[in-house]
Amino acid sequence: MIAGYLSGRSLLHRLPAGVKLAGLAVLSVVIVPITDPVLLAMVLAAVLLVYTAFGRPGLARILQWRSLLPLLAIIFLLQLWAAALDVAAASVLRIAVMVLLADLVTLSTRLQDMMDALAVPMRPLARFGVDPEKLSLAVALVLRFVPVLLDTWRAREEAWRARSPHRPGLVLVGTFFSGALATADQVAEALDARGFGAPRRPPPSRSQE
Amino acid sequence: MDTRTLVRIALVAALIGALGFVPPLYLPIAAGVPITAQSLGVMLAGLLLGARGGAAATALFCFVVLLGAPLLSGGRGGLGILGTPTAGFFLGFIAGAYVTGLIAERLGARGSLPAFLTAVVAAVVGGIGVVYLFGVPVLALAAGIGLPKALLGSAVFLPGDVIKAVGAALLATTVLRSWSVAVQPRP
Repeated sequence: MIAGYLSGRSLLHRLPAGVKLAGLAVLSVVIVPITDPVLLAMVLAAVLLVYTAFGRPGLARILQWRSLLPLLAIIFLLQLWAAALDVAAASVLRIAVMVLLADLVTLSTRLQDMMDALAVPMRPLARFGVDPEKLSLAVALVLRFVPVLLDTWRAREEAWRARSPHRPGLVLVGTFFSGALATADQVAEALDARGFGAPRRPPPSRSQE
Repeated sequence: MDTRTLVRIALVAALIGALGFVPPLYLPIAAGVPITAQSLGVMLAGLLLGARGGAAATALFCFVVLLGAPLLSGGRGGLGILGTPTAGFFLGFIAGAYVTGLIAERLGARGSLPAFLTAVVAAVVGGIGVVYLFGVPVLALAAGIGLPKALLGSAVFLPGDVIKAVGAALLATTVLRSWSVAVQPRP
């Protein structure tokens, strides 16, 4: 299973997911209107301090966002050219603060807890046919399918390399996709065979694996 | 919704995620701008599952990413995505897949164009046009740069996106034709 959760026992980890989400919403409303780069730099320093409390994994977590750096650099230069230094610094700092702050919620909340917390604001969606039980099955399926798909691709690539001196070509792409999609229907049959989605009987059926 | 549809939607969502792991391609014609495979998955979602199914698969992908799964290209995920200047492109994926599917269904039903061209038009309008329609204004707003500059900055990704649209159309109308809901082969 893949997840952005970082195990720990910090205060952040112990707070309920709903509280953290609400806190993030409130903080973003407070932080977004700030235009003073010095103040934003102080907020960023405070956020970074929280990350250092998680030790080495926390610092590695910040580095995960380094792919954002070129974009931030471009934005900084454009702003510098169009406006002024303080505006440019403020917008880049604001983005960094918001991203890292939101990621604090993600890294301290288990995926399942996050789903349960989000189930409350998503309740109105039930009118559009979003069934919470089916949604959680769908999320679980996605999380399981991704490594399966990556493994399938790797296996096909290895099989190709074992037989051919050439680089794997586009032929692989087609067979990979059609193979992957065929998997879906097999899984659906397996789920149906286990009674998933069948009309509910008095004792709740244990259909989810 | 029957189980088959649900699982297909989940698989396509996973496919979009798996495509995020494909190493970015650096093509000389795109001026060295990295081409990630992720939006290929978004176009495929619309072409394979139609408007509603495609939007459902993309929304599911976005939901799983926001929950914290690092499936966005570059191994990113979590709520922090909403804070990035490119959040508009991310959320635009959903509408993009919907419009891709819608155009493929409507144009396909009229049958005035060959299936492949139908799919290309659908992928270009939905997978590029609509995604940019969401992404560019958000980028302009979040980065505090004007719309023209945001558009110009995003335009460097256009050549790669066109390649992906053609690729998605090719896949949807050849190997995956039997699987496709939106691009039906005509009798």
